[in-house]
Amino acid sequence: MIFEVVKCVKKVAIIGAGCSKFGERNDVTVAELAFEAFKPAVEDAGITPKDIEFVAVGTAGAGAWYEENLPAVIVSEYCGLSGAGLMRCEAACASGSAAFASAYWAVASGQVDVALAIGVEKMRQIDTLTMVEFIGRAGCYLWEFHNFGLTFPGYYAMHATAHMAKYGTTEEDLALVAVKNHKYASMNPIAHLRNRVTVEEALSSPVIAWPLKLYDCCPITDGAAAVILASEEAVKKFKVEDPIWVAGLGSACGTANLSKRKDYVGLESTVIAAQQAYKMASITPNIVDVACVHDCFTIAEIMAYEDLGFCKKGEGPKLIREGQTEVGGKIPVNVDGGLKAKGHPIGATGIAMLYELTKQLRGEAVERSRQVPLKNYIALAHNVGGTGHYCYVTILKR
Amino acid sequence: MSLSPTMLPTLKAREVKVAPEIPISKTLPFWEGLKQGKVMTTKCRKCGKIYFPPVADCGECLSSDMEWLELSGEAEIEAFTHIVVRPLTFMNERPYTVAIGRLKEGIRVVAWLTDFKKSEVKVGVKAKLKAFVTPDGNIMYVFTRPD
Ligand SMILES: [Zn+2]
Repeated sequence: MIFEVVKCVKKVAIIGAGCSKFGERNDVTVAELAFEAFKPAVEDAGITPKDIEFVAVGTAGAGAWYEENLPAVIVSEYCGLSGAGLMRCEAACASGSAAFASAYWAVASGQVDVALAIGVEKMRQIDTLTMVEFIGRAGCYLWEFHNFGLTFPGYYAMHATAHMAKYGTTEEDLALVAVKNHKYASMNPIAHLRNRVTVEEALSSPVIAWPLKLYDCCPITDGAAAVILASEEAVKKFKVEDPIWVAGLGSACGTANLSKRKDYVGLESTVIAAQQAYKMASITPNIVDVACVHDCFTIAEIMAYEDLGFCKKGEGPKLIREGQTEVGGKIPVNVDGGLKAKGHPIGATGIAMLYELTKQLRGEAVERSRQVPLKNYIALAHNVGGTGHYCYVTILKR
Repeated sequence: MSLSPTMLPTLKAREVKVAPEIPISKTLPFWEGLKQGKVMTTKCRKCGKIYFPPVADCGECLSSDMEWLELSGEAEIEAFTHIVVRPLTFMNERPYTVAIGRLKEGIRVVAWLTDFKKSEVKVGVKAKLKAFVTPDGNIMYVFTRPD
């Protein structure tokens, strides 16, 4: 089901972006962490909190893995945003993108001129096995967790066994994704895991859910990210020199029960969301300069290459083997370290991707060694919630 | 005040224990069937769609006129994983294999795969869905070796 993209919406730009240090952040509360992303985003945009008319907060674990049940207003009060329109958005691991989409629609519709999308997650306030429990419950609790204890690595591991059986993908191919993303995280000061790893280390790391091993899995991370969205009028009013335009946005959901999918070698929600986003942006995948894709597990990055059209179905392993997703390759992917090594603070992830891509499109990547060459000034963010339960694809253009 | 694992000062939030009561009135024949060794599911009388998990309402045609049928249990495994790191409430279980099997009826089921040697578990292997009551009283269904 693909809707005709409505062309009468107003143009929307990202005019400011901020991101906290990712990692184990037991030094801050959810609001304090959000502030670390909010302040640089506002300063980057050259506005004040009072200019923000609408706020969407992406966060998933409120009341479960951190103490605040209704965190949107905790965050908005702390950031001096009382009086603005406010909502919390949840789309599992794509909650950040859901917040971004809501803020985008608020501006695109003409309802407001300046909106904030902010994502935050505090995942390190409880023990790891309880965290494994909560995330495992995030598919369909009654039919997949209650009796069978499926874990989040388990969901993706099942896609890995299916992909391996159909396309001959190997455990080494998966390890190559970890090696690449750890390499770029080592060059990214805000990343959670900054150690480089070898294929051998990745392959010999402890099994979590076979065939996925420790180095195939993203860490459990605290973090926050924020972007300020503005209408064309606001871009002029605030004299923004380098607006990054939202050229395309697509979203789709899959089934809650994995048993209701038609295959396990890709995520249909990605395919649908990508088609919408490409169509709205009037582009094809081959002109994207840089992408952040949802690599919560290494197999997820390989499936994303295929589902986003960076290669044909089944050729994802070839892309990583040939180094085509490195800086200087055909399509650099996750050169910020990805969820895999930069970290995956669920509600922040989608917005952290947009932060990274905004910096890349402005030629401001930190460190310089991971700045991609810009040809078409087009970037793509792909943020999945659950195992293709939700998907958002956003295309940015400078 | 206590110290977090990173040795920073923290306050412990008040503890709550939560175990919601899940209604099964509308899927009761499924849970009752398991006790008799049957895996039951629903089929829409209006549009003919067979569902698993069983449902009271058809998302295709919005009819609520469903009939119950017993599944053959004959399955082919399409995906699987050996889970080593288990969630908190599964810590007392030994590491387990979860699989998705496609049944003869065209629907798919997620369940544990038991009785197979690890080396025998492959995509494409044939399995049989079996329902039973565990010694500690849990009603359960798993994939096992075909008869
Ligand atoms: Zn029907």
